[in-house]
Amino acid sequence: MDAADGAAERGFAMMDDLVFKAAGWLGLALLALVFAALAVDTPFAVHMVIIAAACMIALWAGVSRADYAGMARGLLRMPQDQGVYDDDPVRWGVIATVFWGVAGLAVGLYIALQLAFPALNLGIEYTSFGRLRPLHTSAVVFAFGGNALIATSFYVVQRTCRARLAFPTAARFVFWGYQLFLVLAATGYVMGVTEAREYAEPEWYVDLWLTIVWVVYFVVFVGTIVKRREPHIYVANWFYLSFIVTIAMLHIVNNLSIPATIFGSKSYSAFAGVQDALTQWWYGHNAVAFFLTVPFLAMMYYFVPKQAERPIYSYRLSILHFWSLIFLYIWAGPHHLHYTALPDWAQTLGMVFSVILWMPSWGGMINGLMTLNGAWDKIRTDPIIRMMVVALAFYGMATFEGPMLSVKAFNSLSHYTEWTIAHVHAGALGWNGMITFAAVYYLVPRLWGRPRLYSLRMVNWHFWLATLGIVFYAASMWVAGIMQGLMWREYGADGYLVYSFAESVAAMHPMYLIRAAGGAMYLAGFLLLVFNVWATLAGKVREEKPMTETPYNAAADRPLASVPAE
Amino acid sequence: MSYDEVRHFADSWGLIVMVAMFLIFVAWPFRKGARRHHDEAANMIFKDDEHG
Repeated sequence: MDAADGAAERGFAMMDDLVFKAAGWLGLALLALVFAALAVDTPFAVHMVIIAAACMIALWAGVSRADYAGMARGLLRMPQDQGVYDDDPVRWGVIATVFWGVAGLAVGLYIALQLAFPALNLGIEYTSFGRLRPLHTSAVVFAFGGNALIATSFYVVQRTCRARLAFPTAARFVFWGYQLFLVLAATGYVMGVTEAREYAEPEWYVDLWLTIVWVVYFVVFVGTIVKRREPHIYVANWFYLSFIVTIAMLHIVNNLSIPATIFGSKSYSAFAGVQDALTQWWYGHNAVAFFLTVPFLAMMYYFVPKQAERPIYSYRLSILHFWSLIFLYIWAGPHHLHYTALPDWAQTLGMVFSVILWMPSWGGMINGLMTLNGAWDKIRTDPIIRMMVVALAFYGMATFEGPMLSVKAFNSLSHYTEWTIAHVHAGALGWNGMITFAAVYYLVPRLWGRPRLYSLRMVNWHFWLATLGIVFYAASMWVAGIMQGLMWREYGADGYLVYSFAESVAAMHPMYLIRAAGGAMYLAGFLLLVFNVWATLAGKVREEKPMTETPYNAAADRPLASVPAE
Repeated sequence: MSYDEVRHFADSWGLIVMVAMFLIFVAWPFRKGARRHHDEAANMIFKDDEHG
């Protein structure tokens, strides 16, 4: 067989491959349209049309030989891959983080204003608080946070393993598949599709899709670790891996359900009564643990040492931190069900494990903060370090407040009040938000090959707007929560409740306004990040005074004149 | 296995095994001679810095 024959054969094989792929996408799109036609409810039909459209986009991108990746690189000014690490999915992830961050924070501000001014519900179902609230929580937790975690995990695992991503196509599938999950979840909430499980609202077919994406994510991450060229697996990867494994387990068990029909968006949980409640909060609390804590600690264990240019304070403590969180966190869920039908021993178990968790959490915080030991001046000169330090401080505060609120006596006052909202946002805005901003600021110049960020002073403004925003937010909700709890439980001399529920709602109006102001400041800070990132991508560098001047006094900088002895 | 059997296994042998595993895992980094290994691991992220 000569060379021309071989080339022709290869050409035909490629052609065949392309035809099969195209037929596959077309087949999936048609199947989705059949489901849309047979749908028993409108939201399900809309979702099937979205899936068909996604298949057609994949088909179009595959068939038209245009180099879309190259065009996108041009549009987003992404540097050519230098063949060292596979960073395109990380760049996409950073941009997705910024995009979903704006969406999630803006919806959050809007629903905060709805609580103060109910007219903003606009009297239509699609913009009512009940539908926008899961949109807000999922957009900030799973879209903003999730994209940041996927992007940073792909970045960190490559650097610490000194290996390119194991399965490049699968890594791209993870990114785009996750975005499709987010679009289906977000549009579903607005249309009223919900399983009504906290932080797990998407219905059965979206859950199945996320399971597929997540398993592929696991394969890419583990594959990269397996082909590593470093003997030791750096501790950040332990944290990322436990996040991927545990979220898979939690997601599958919590979402065990039976669809009413496979042509409709309604399913029924496999569990009933108090078992269902405990399954939900076993999931719900561990979503906080293994989505919002453990992988963000992975970010801490990589980005804080890198930005501070010092190794982690104690590597042994990081291992102790890891195993303690793994062994303890999983038991804490029942503290969400104090004074309910859940057996008393289970409530106490949840409370005790929550209190024990305080210690390893603070161990981790101290490990992060003490990494700056001997370089504390960086807090003054480097606004990114400052963000990391405040993130760790809020991690410490939230992990002290959490165990405290899980104690039954406290919980009887705080539960169902705004105190819970204050606690969640101290953690989410202070810890998750700040450490993510710091990671984005760390990554953007490196991923786009820029000498530095467009403006460090803008990072400084972002820092202060965000920090003050959190203070307004958390302080107002603490006051609101304690006031609410005390008003609900106040009895008069005759044994009547002194206040009606509506009176406690009216009393909170000023606190709601302060909270919305804090949220607006936090969003304003984030818009500075958007501009800063955009300008850095565009290759601009702002002329500005550096954050610190080197003090120099010419008069003092000379040897002492020798004075003759008298 | 009935619920009762699972429950009794969980708060006897299951508990012992979990506690023992936890103690071994957290004691392991404090074994003799581990310090150099951990110092290397902590500094590993600074090797070969030009590629991030």
